[in-house]
Amino acid sequence: MTTEDMSQYPLRLEGDNIPMVRFANVRKSYGALTVLDHLNLDIDMGEMVTIIGPSGSGKTTVLRMLMTLETINGGVIYVDGEPLTHMEKNGVLVPANPAHIRRIRSKIGMCFQHFNLFPHMTALQNCMEGPVQVLGMSKKEAEERSLELLDMVGMADKANQYPSRLSGGQQQRVAIARALAMRPKVMLFDEVTSALDPEVIGEVTNVIRKLVDAHSLTMLMVTHQMGFARDISDRVCFFHSGVIAEQGSPAELFGNPQNERTKQFLNAVLESN
Amino acid sequence: MEWRWSWVWELLPQFIDATGKTLLAAGGGYLIAVVLGLVLTLAQRTPWRPVTVVVRELVEFIRSTPLLLQVFFVFYVGPQFGINLSPWTSGLIAIGVHYAAYLSEVYRGGIENVPKGQWEAATAINMSTVQTYRRLIIPQALPPAIAGMGNYLVGIFKDTPMLSVIGVAELMHTANSVGALSYRYLEPYTMVGVLFLAISLPTAFFIARFEKWVRRKMGM
Repeated sequence: MTTEDMSQYPLRLEGDNIPMVRFANVRKSYGALTVLDHLNLDIDMGEMVTIIGPSGSGKTTVLRMLMTLETINGGVIYVDGEPLTHMEKNGVLVPANPAHIRRIRSKIGMCFQHFNLFPHMTALQNCMEGPVQVLGMSKKEAEERSLELLDMVGMADKANQYPSRLSGGQQQRVAIARALAMRPKVMLFDEVTSALDPEVIGEVTNVIRKLVDAHSLTMLMVTHQMGFARDISDRVCFFHSGVIAEQGSPAELFGNPQNERTKQFLNAVLESN
Repeated sequence: MEWRWSWVWELLPQFIDATGKTLLAAGGGYLIAVVLGLVLTLAQRTPWRPVTVVVRELVEFIRSTPLLLQVFFVFYVGPQFGINLSPWTSGLIAIGVHYAAYLSEVYRGGIENVPKGQWEAATAINMSTVQTYRRLIIPQALPPAIAGMGNYLVGIFKDTPMLSVIGVAELMHTANSVGALSYRYLEPYTMVGVLFLAISLPTAFFIARFEKWVRRKMGM
């Protein structure tokens, strides 16, 4: 981590309208390659923000940093008003220790492109694992809650199947139920339909639509499904070369893009469809 | 020189008794190896570099020197440092530590085979490192490691004759004593071979069955 004046960052966000997630000057690089350059992005409580952009633009890295799967090289990420990547020590922010990261991270859930279900556990056991092991919930309570969630994603009848017996779309729905079982405040969807056959994409996007309608979840999604992004998002961010080149409501961004890069990208995507 | 069946029957009870001791030595040594091997593997995966380097070198050292030397070392050199162990204890420690080094490599392969996505999913449901190993990584690393673990179970069993050199009264030791008393080696050594075969072959067979069963049980 480069030396940075940490006093510019508040120890916690205060006020009436604090964002659920704030990226403040966040930088990420791999060696000489800068992946994200001074990212500043606020996501409000209950907001659905979609990130689009060409591959290599750093969009997945945004989610992975928020899930603490990647460390950051500068700046601070706040979740629910508290710093995630840092913690207070003697009145200034210092890099967070694992215990602090775990405490704040409990507010975040994530679904992956390749589902990453636990292959040695049934769908139900996948959903119960976190609540029982991490939250210390009783098995009975965790089972009830997991079955409810599996029902919500339309997978109750497959609760006792192992992932290897499920289709991609079914696995992804179980993965969504598994993430929700941890009662996150923020849900991250990382290209959750990219590995799916076209005919089953709908079953996963429908579940996400349901979440948007029914829950007060804050959601951050990376997707290549432009139609879906347009339908469902409150805000769309177009990433290019590690910065947000343009952002706005779906109507603005898809209907009347201002940035040349955005126009090029949208044209290219529309042509390929 | 003709084969004497009557003598074979006469020796059989003694040899069966010695087979029990061989199995005990192999089983005890294997138990040490299974547990210690896992410790050696996990120690090499800690974030503390001095620990990983020392353990890595230790494993290499154990794997690169003969078991017989290690057996002698524990039994004969130990007392010069005030560590007096019985032949049985020395034998079990030597063979257990030796095979722990091999098993740690088997475990390492199994653990490295678990996809990175599993670690990420564990982070996403906020599991600790210990929970991740215990609930996700080791259970998934185990089925592919069973074949290798089984090979070393048969291996440790076949290496128990090494303990005869420090006086552990296992099968080989018994055959040697009988031969030395009677000047006849054909029957005792043949019996040792047959008894080893009678245990090794079914063991290998059951390990293969067990591996299939575990994979099915775990939905893999």
